[in-house]
Amino acid sequence: MGLDIWMRENPLTYIWVGSYAVAFIIFAVEIAMVIHKRKITLQQVRLMREASEEE
Amino acid sequence: MAINWFKYSAPTTFYPLAGKLIPWFAISSAILFAVGLYIGFVVAPSDATQGEFYRIIFIHVPSSIISMFLYLIMAGYAALGLIFNTRLSSMMASAIAPTGALFAFISLWTGALWGKPMWGAWWVWDARLTSELILLFLYLGFIALHASIDDPRRADRAAALLAIVGSVNVPIIYFSVKWWNTLHQGSTIKYSGTSMHIAMQQAMFTMLAACWLYAIAIALMRVRSIILEREKNTKWITELAEVK
Repeated sequence: MGLDIWMRENPLTYIWVGSYAVAFIIFAVEIAMVIHKRKITLQQVRLMREASEEE
Repeated sequence: MAINWFKYSAPTTFYPLAGKLIPWFAISSAILFAVGLYIGFVVAPSDATQGEFYRIIFIHVPSSIISMFLYLIMAGYAALGLIFNTRLSSMMASAIAPTGALFAFISLWTGALWGKPMWGAWWVWDARLTSELILLFLYLGFIALHASIDDPRRADRAAALLAIVGSVNVPIIYFSVKWWNTLHQGSTIKYSGTSMHIAMQQAMFTMLAACWLYAIAIALMRVRSIILEREKNTKWITELAEVK
């Protein structure tokens, strides 16, 4: 009940925090995960390359 | 000058091309997000019946459209990989799936946020909402099935079948509001015209373009990692500047 009243009194805050902020946080987390995955994969490839050079 | 598209179907040529394209898509997407939000929150007027709550559509509608389009593109790439045994097609399908799932989630989440003040409920088992939820499960099923099989080529084939069969859900989502009596409203923008204010249309289409460019940029970023991982035993990968 409290949320119903609050959302009707503060519709723009409700929209921004509830949907736009959530969507942009999801995008930011996705970007961070993709960048992290690339770093890890590059590291693995470098290690494999170094190991094959030592052999 | 004719472009040899087949040249870019090989990971060796696609990898550097994707690297060059990513900044363009990412920057364009960021600019369009800023413009779309400005039009949507500053220029566009309040709705006569929904007040300010209608502004959720500027993220909800693009997310829903992108989630459906990405599924069709993913299924298309998966089918190409299955039929022609092309490595890059299957890699693209795997790269698109997580982004598609996130857009489906954002669509459901923002829809629930709109539903509460408008319908008085976060969720109803309406045909449009339920079919979109099934789309999210199909994306998650594709990702889980692919991850559960160790051999990447076998994983590609198994997940491709799921993607192709699941594509039947996309027209069901689109036509659900026509085929059944749904609480979810029908299309506001039709071929015959629209009653939407011009600024609302501009905001929605700008946000749609921003989401589309974002999806392309992130899928290209992810496919580069997949190419690196799958081709790590090849000579061309070890000769890349970023590996040295």
